Amino acid sequence: MPNVMIRQDQSGKKTLYVAKRDLEEDIVSIEFEAADRWGGDITLADGSTYYIEPLDVAPDLPITIRAKRGGEG
Amino acid sequence: MSVMSRDEVESLIQEVLEVYPAKAKKDRTKHLAPNDHELEQSKKCITSNKKSLPGVMTIRGCAYAGSKGVVWGPVKDMIHISHGPVGCGQYSRAGRRNYYIGTTGVNAFVTMNFTSDFQEKDIVFGGDKKLAKLIDEIETLFPLNKGVTIQSECPIGLIGDDIEAVAKKKTAEHGKTVVPVRCEGFRGVSQSLGHHIANDAVRDWVLSARDEDDSFPTTPYDVAIIGDYNIGGDAWSSRILLEEMGLRVVAQWSGDGTISEMELTPKVKLNLVHCYRSMNYISRHMEEKYKIPWIEYNFFGPTKTVESLRKIAAHFDETIQAKCEEVIEKYRPEWDAVIAKFRPRLEGKRVMLYVGGLRPRHVIGAYEDLGMEVVGTGYEFGHNDDYDRTIKEMGDATLLYDDVTGYEFEEFVKAVKPDLIGSGIKEKYIFQKMGVPFRQMHSWDYSGPYHGFDGFAIFARDMDMTLNNPCWKMLQAPWKKTEAAAADSAVAASA
Repeated sequence: MPNVMIRQDQSGKKTLYVAKRDLEEDIVSIEFEAADRWGGDITLADGSTYYIEPLDVAPDLPITIRAKRGGEG
Repeated sequence: MSVMSRDEVESLIQEVLEVYPAKAKKDRTKHLAPNDHELEQSKKCITSNKKSLPGVMTIRGCAYAGSKGVVWGPVKDMIHISHGPVGCGQYSRAGRRNYYIGTTGVNAFVTMNFTSDFQEKDIVFGGDKKLAKLIDEIETLFPLNKGVTIQSECPIGLIGDDIEAVAKKKTAEHGKTVVPVRCEGFRGVSQSLGHHIANDAVRDWVLSARDEDDSFPTTPYDVAIIGDYNIGGDAWSSRILLEEMGLRVVAQWSGDGTISEMELTPKVKLNLVHCYRSMNYISRHMEEKYKIPWIEYNFFGPTKTVESLRKIAAHFDETIQAKCEEVIEKYRPEWDAVIAKFRPRLEGKRVMLYVGGLRPRHVIGAYEDLGMEVVGTGYEFGHNDDYDRTIKEMGDATLLYDDVTGYEFEEFVKAVKPDLIGSGIKEKYIFQKMGVPFRQMHSWDYSGPYHGFDGFAIFARDMDMTLNNPCWKMLQAPWKKTEAAAADSAVAASA
């Protein structure tokens, strides 16, 4: 259950950053990206996946949030 | 020697690793690689930020070095206590040449060493009382200090002293910021974790001090220089360019910086990050909490400086962008003259680098501006995100080495035969005795600044005086010279 930081650069590209793992990777897809539901499965450009408990409102990026690594269940 | 192909580089790595025992060889293989432009991610070719192999010569530092030496140390109006035995502070004192304005011992304290000088009884009975007394004494002797940081050395963590409690008590008592930093040397694999711990200490103890206070007048052009340690005056030669562009530099982190600048940083509009490795953590935090965007920039060499100035200007309105072009045009004749003078003397020379932080990738542009080529580079304590950025900067199939050992570096130099090596003081005399010109690139070999257009002139001069120094021809005793070499030097002498 690492703490991940999701940020958006000026071109609108989202990246996921995990300080402890030196992971700074583009996000390919987020399962829910609506204004009233945000989160779910996140797929990164290198193929790994993370899961964020869906939020009720779309957050202001960047945000630090608890995520489950894909496959942790 | 011509450029090495990928296969040659790979076989060189294998050859060098041959002497290690099987297990060590397996471990070191992961840290050495030829650069591959096709890779997006460095972790596919190189492993970094891992514990050094016991028994090899490594030149890494510790977490205390990262916090006290790098991030906190240059903050000039705070007193940084090396809390623990006397050596850590004494032997790292004033070595990094973080220049500052102020009167040392009165209102600035960077080059001084403050230590609690732990003795056996402090280890046995705890050192908190001594620390409290020390902070009181500092208040008496140096009343113009603006705050104190407690930089923990290894024993503090081992005996479990509660420095946070002392810090809170003394903050209340003296009304000045006291920051406890848990940067015991045993934490992490290198100084890199020390940077992170120091960043977290800034975040927790300093940054939010003026959150409720709007009395500081802001402008739309406020920026902060993050991760410039003013080595030999680097931050100053960067700052004048930004100010000429019409930006207002509110804070310098942390070279020639003060605690009040740090407290005001959340009010700026843009954070400019030079040393990504040591200060990205706090920049990311400010982006999240205060919505301040940050960008990385590079002020080494005119090409990269111009690129960075334009990138910075793009974040502001047209007046700044117009002024940015004016600044570039103003300095163009200066750097053109520098290149015209030194490029013919340096053209085609090959450089190997092995430094820390940002330089293994940032200075490549400066060498290229002088017509030189960087044929090998590596980080002491870089992470994968550093190598991600390096892959793009370096030529294809050039040598990358992470946390290189003394032996490997020597062997690489013997095989690659660079014309110049840029690394630290621990490598300097080995390579000079081997007859290879060397620049100490941690603190610019007692020179500098190297940042900005002014710095480039000094950089070019330094590289020239090192590389073209006549001493390199005199390393061999006259009676050992072969006739061909003697004829060469006779020609050189008559020329």
